[in-house]
Amino acid sequence: MLKRIDPAQATLRLMFEGQPLAACPGDTVAAALLAGEVGAFRTTPVSGAPRAAYCMMGVCFECLVEIDGVPNRQACLTEAVDGMQIRRQIGARGAA
Amino acid sequence: MTDTYDCAVVGGGLVGGAIAWGLARQGAKVALLDEGDIAFRAARGNFGLVWVQGKGADMPAYAQWTLRSSELWPELSGAMAEASGADVALRQTGGIVFCLSDAELQRRADLVERMHNESGNIGTRMLDRAELRAMVPRIGDAVVGGAYCPRDGHANPLVTLRALQQALLALGGAYLPNRSVDRIDAAPHDFTLHCGGETIRAGKVVIAAGLGSARLAPMVGLDMPVKPLRGQIMVTERMSPFLDYATHTVRQTAEGSVMLGDSHEDVGLDISTSANVMQEIASRNIKAFPHLADATVVRVWAALRVMTPDGHPIYEQSQRFPGAFSATCHSGVTLAGAHALALAPAILAGSLPAFFDSFSPRRFHAQAN
Repeated sequence: MLKRIDPAQATLRLMFEGQPLAACPGDTVAAALLAGEVGAFRTTPVSGAPRAAYCMMGVCFECLVEIDGVPNRQACLTEAVDGMQIRRQIGARGAA
Repeated sequence: MTDTYDCAVVGGGLVGGAIAWGLARQGAKVALLDEGDIAFRAARGNFGLVWVQGKGADMPAYAQWTLRSSELWPELSGAMAEASGADVALRQTGGIVFCLSDAELQRRADLVERMHNESGNIGTRMLDRAELRAMVPRIGDAVVGGAYCPRDGHANPLVTLRALQQALLALGGAYLPNRSVDRIDAAPHDFTLHCGGETIRAGKVVIAAGLGSARLAPMVGLDMPVKPLRGQIMVTERMSPFLDYATHTVRQTAEGSVMLGDSHEDVGLDISTSANVMQEIASRNIKAFPHLADATVVRVWAALRVMTPDGHPIYEQSQRFPGAFSATCHSGVTLAGAHALALAPAILAGSLPAFFDSFSPRRFHAQAN
């Protein structure tokens, strides 16, 4: 699918669903997840359908993930940081 | 070339859309004229309440009309599903007014009692904090009590608007967008509407053009002194369900988004948003529901309510040019049931029953003594 021009530049280590994921400095979380071929980023609150990044510019909200415990973060607007803990956003965020 | 219709409805919002569909449903050949995106489309920016409690204090006819509309809403909802396949997400679960101080609670109790005496008991009752908490466990410590009315509810206003237009089309009606009415040549039961180079002729005309009504109404011998009142709304990310009831400041949609609003600003034709008003809206609702403090806001907007001098609707048939009718209110969602299923048949029959006399704008010109 998506191939990095120079994989050696992917020096950051993120964690996605407990598994390590490489990212380049300057990647958005969405770019790193797409490059890592993780499949669905989330499931929808209404029908539970799987979704992944679509617009990549902050408009469509399809790329929502949980980052460092915060639900519903827009992966395409969040810059990857070494050590980030990322999880799929499953349905609506809790009301807690 | 002139297209001829039985009825031309000027205004493609919820009021015009409901009336146009209601007319077409009774067999009329209907044209619905929608100005376009240059208009201050209240129907594109509203909150989505089907709200009964507190409506029509000082005007029992308005209270009755609102109640009737809430009773007709299930029929409207069913008709929309049948005609367009759309689910307007009507939920008549009852509505709550949260009170954040004893003074607010007392004022609300006084209003409930006054309306009970004026307009009859529709089941609105005051609840103390414990009773409220049993119904809505997430309320914050600042909520001292509230008023609950089993008649209240909510619906998706955008789906409703689209469904009304689709249902009109399904009945052979004409939805005519980008038609700004420049002029209406009026004669009794004969109206010619000029839109740019186009003319539309109809035996009946309904002015339901929101804020544009003030300019159009005099062309057909009607009086619709409406002014804008701005409301700002913010919408959060989708959250797990925590609020099934309607409230006048916060509602959770069927999809989980939380809408927050109920500001009132007299600022003319200005649909900008402002940080200070958003802050007030957020602050009040965080007191009601503390868990909203860390909810992400995904959209904000402002829209203009269409307000008459006393806030109550106007419905009237022109005395000078019979066949011309006015219809305006600030509750296009709440009153959609009554507009489609009660007002439209009366308009088509050619006369508004005596019940509608209270809604004449003559009330604005009565002598004080």
